[in-house]
Amino acid sequence: VLHTTRSLHTSQQSLAPVPPLPEKGGEVRHGLIPEEFFQFLYPKTGVTGPYMLGTGLLLYILSKEIYVVNHETAAAACILTVIIYAIKKFGGDVAAFADKLNEEKIATALAVKNEAMQTLQTAIEQEKKEQWRVEGRSYLFDAKRNNIAMLLETNYRERLLMVYNEVKKRLDYQVAMQNLKRQKEQDHMIQWVERNVIQSITPQQQKESIAKCILDLKALSKSAQAAV
Amino acid sequence: GPLSERPLMEVRLGELHTWISTCNFSPQGLLGAVQRAWSSYCAKYIHVKQGGPAGISMLLAGSCLLSYGWNYQHFKRHRWRKYH
Repeated sequence: VLHTTRSLHTSQQSLAPVPPLPEKGGEVRHGLIPEEFFQFLYPKTGVTGPYMLGTGLLLYILSKEIYVVNHETAAAACILTVIIYAIKKFGGDVAAFADKLNEEKIATALAVKNEAMQTLQTAIEQEKKEQWRVEGRSYLFDAKRNNIAMLLETNYRERLLMVYNEVKKRLDYQVAMQNLKRQKEQDHMIQWVERNVIQSITPQQQKESIAKCILDLKALSKSAQAAV
Repeated sequence: GPLSERPLMEVRLGELHTWISTCNFSPQGLLGAVQRAWSSYCAKYIHVKQGGPAGISMLLAGSCLLSYGWNYQHFKRHRWRKYH
């Protein structure tokens, strides 16, 4: 239902939220006559003024038959009795039910608003946390730089080791070659010398040396027997 | 405030004549007056959080009175007594 009679936001406060509805309506006495009427007559006639006015008017209208009593009067009386009885009996329950409906609507709207505010709050906190994280990016880059430096160092040292090993292998080879050559020369020379010496031993010299040895042995055996 | 802008309830009896002379009796003026009256009645008795039976019962009573007034000539013929 579009309330065309309600004034729209035309004033400067159009951005403010809509003011809430008033809690209770205008005071009405006996369900029909607004309280302003009683207040209007109170200074002049006191409390009973409006009632006297009402009674007087009623008697005047009935006696002059400005209001004619007919079958509709009886019908109106019965209907009014039933209506008043129903209002008195079920008014409270209906009011409570309507209030409950309103409460539920307001509660859902409030829940939506609260949830929206909650999500925005968590979003703000996460954003702040991200901003705090951004401050640490210098540490991050330092760590990365350290890592890379270490990698480069390791690589460099590995290659250094490789170079050292290769050079050592080549030098060892050279040393081994020299050793082998010298040993071979030595062996060869020894063999050559032995061969020549053995060749140079003539049979004559051999006999003389064997006889000398036997004499020496005899002499030694004599001295040995003496020692035992 | 000035006389022409005050609502009817706040006009004193002595100033009623001058107040009526300041009224706008063109169709737009009358329509605006009707709209204002209706909207103030609604704002006071119907668009509230806890309204009672007063809002519609006053409208119904007013319609009863109006319809009795429109059919008065018909009721006059069914009087119980001739002389009052």
